[in-house]
Amino acid sequence: MNRIEKLFQNKDKNVLNIYFTAGYPGVNDTEEIILSLEKAGVDLVEVGMPYSDPLADGPTIQESGTAALENGMTLPLLFEQLAAVRKKTEMPLIMMGYFNQVMQYGERAFFEKAAEVGVDGLILPDLPLFEYETYFKDIVESLGLAVSFLITPQTEPERIRKIDELTHGFIYMVSSSSITGAKSDITDTQLAYFNRINDMKLKNKRLIGFGISNHETFETACQYANGAIIGSAYIKALKSNPKVAESTAEFVEMVLG
Amino acid sequence: MIAVDERGYYGEFGGAYIPEMLWPNVQELRENYLSLVAEPGFQREFQSLLRDFVGRPTPLYLAQRLSEHYGVTIYLKREDLCHTGAHKINNTIGQILLAKRLGKTRIIAETGAGQHGVATATVCALMGLPCIVYMGEVDIERQAPNVARMKMLGAEVRPASSGSRTLKDATNEAIRDWINNPVDTHYIIGSVVGPHPYPDMVARFQSVISEEIKWQLEEHTGKDHPDAVIACVGGGSNAAGAFYHFLNDDRVRLIAVEAAGEGIHSGKSAATSVLGTKGVIHGSRTLLMQTADGQIVEPHSISAGLDYPGIGPLHAHLISSGRAEAISITDEESLEAALFLSRREGIIPALETAHAISALRVMEYKPSDVLVLCLSGRGDKDLATYMKHLWVEKLRS
Repeated sequence: MNRIEKLFQNKDKNVLNIYFTAGYPGVNDTEEIILSLEKAGVDLVEVGMPYSDPLADGPTIQESGTAALENGMTLPLLFEQLAAVRKKTEMPLIMMGYFNQVMQYGERAFFEKAAEVGVDGLILPDLPLFEYETYFKDIVESLGLAVSFLITPQTEPERIRKIDELTHGFIYMVSSSSITGAKSDITDTQLAYFNRINDMKLKNKRLIGFGISNHETFETACQYANGAIIGSAYIKALKSNPKVAESTAEFVEMVLG
Repeated sequence: MIAVDERGYYGEFGGAYIPEMLWPNVQELRENYLSLVAEPGFQREFQSLLRDFVGRPTPLYLAQRLSEHYGVTIYLKREDLCHTGAHKINNTIGQILLAKRLGKTRIIAETGAGQHGVATATVCALMGLPCIVYMGEVDIERQAPNVARMKMLGAEVRPASSGSRTLKDATNEAIRDWINNPVDTHYIIGSVVGPHPYPDMVARFQSVISEEIKWQLEEHTGKDHPDAVIACVGGGSNAAGAFYHFLNDDRVRLIAVEAAGEGIHSGKSAATSVLGTKGVIHGSRTLLMQTADGQIVEPHSISAGLDYPGIGPLHAHLISSGRAEAISITDEESLEAALFLSRREGIIPALETAHAISALRVMEYKPSDVLVLCLSGRGDKDLATYMKHLWVEKLRS
């Protein structure tokens, strides 16, 4: 069984998923970041493939991506690093990036390589549902990879059902229609949205992302979903203290409280 | 038959590769753009604004001294005489009318040379809607007169400071704004780029250019089609408009003129048809300049409007299939062409357009041919660049 599905079998509350940009702050920090996150009590790790034009991300993640590319991070290098990390941990690993990167690597080759190095899940926010279902679903599922799609407060119920059908692992619930890291409070409108989704009784677990940055927002998100995803706030922590082990331990402790 | 299919593809190019946060907005447009535009009320308002506000039809002008020089018949489609100085306003008029009908109350846009920004600021003033224009920091500097015009018209110009700080980055920022404002905002994209339905929608609004060329040419020559249409291509909106009604007419050669920057292989170029490979940029599968690892390469052109690492999916399809011919023109050649047209015909073209003029030197034609060149914009915005490069090097000599 896929490690993400296994995780959710054992734990369906207060799941913490942390995103980092591979190659930041240092090109060889991937392993230390993942192992430090695991040690600190994080449940899943989202490994960002740095991209020149990350449309769904805010300035913090874009800057970390630019720095990672300048540091020399590439997809082949990242796959090598992940293969090495996989020998040391059973932490569920998700690769997050943009479809153009997958396309240039070769879609099939990318999915095969990801499965081979021990990646469990994929988030490709700009991969259209139709293209996924038509061209890639079969290969992705046969390799045992879990793809997570996003939903937002504006996503129509019918489309949410479709996304639930195509998703394995968890649905990425965008807390508000904002790019990553832009907002930090949870509003009444967002709470109404969380409740509306809960009432739909989807088959997949849900993690709330975008705007989760501290203990308070993490706890609130956990009341309305199975857990939360943090990205920008962790990148900021690494930026202010690039000593990975130390800043990771501090950051995760702050979030879990 | 060259036309977009229902999922927004021209052959293998196009589609809508967008994050979920943009999906409802794009879906709303896709479901409504054809029917709203077809409504008689929309058409009445659109046509009357094109006539009375923009100044259409724009002349199709027989450029006699240019024709003599090249030994061929050359007509210039005078989009530079549109209100605001370029073809860009054809599209912004169409999109603002759509935005109003969709109940949008806030308008955003990206701009490179500033012509699309000015055209958007203009229609927002006309309709009383707030307008925010994203523009690369580099472009803000090199197109200062247009920045001033946008501000005069009441728009807020927000600098894009990431990446190459040009059109690509301004587009990224505009898309992010739209993600953050998913309900009340319409994004007026200025070119035939972006997720479906934008490339088709913008091409349709710009197609008035070739619609007029057809009847105007018939009035001039008795023939309703030229032997070739020449237009510059950044994203490709004026080319899409000038080609549109000839796309399926094989008697008409389509010449797309790109910016070679300092030379195609100089590392400072925007010649996407040569340097580009298949990929996804700004929501569309098309040709773009990128590394083997799929990172988008920063382009270069002296012309802010052509300084873009991709081309619209229609053009990617036209060029890949051989329907259109691509010609690349360097910074230097475009400056010479701008001076040449100014002295030869009394028309100072935009730097973008000057690339198309320069293509006349290198393209093949028969003396009996009738060529139509889309004079997409006027050069007022580029005077500082012209002065810097031409005053010293050419005017004193």
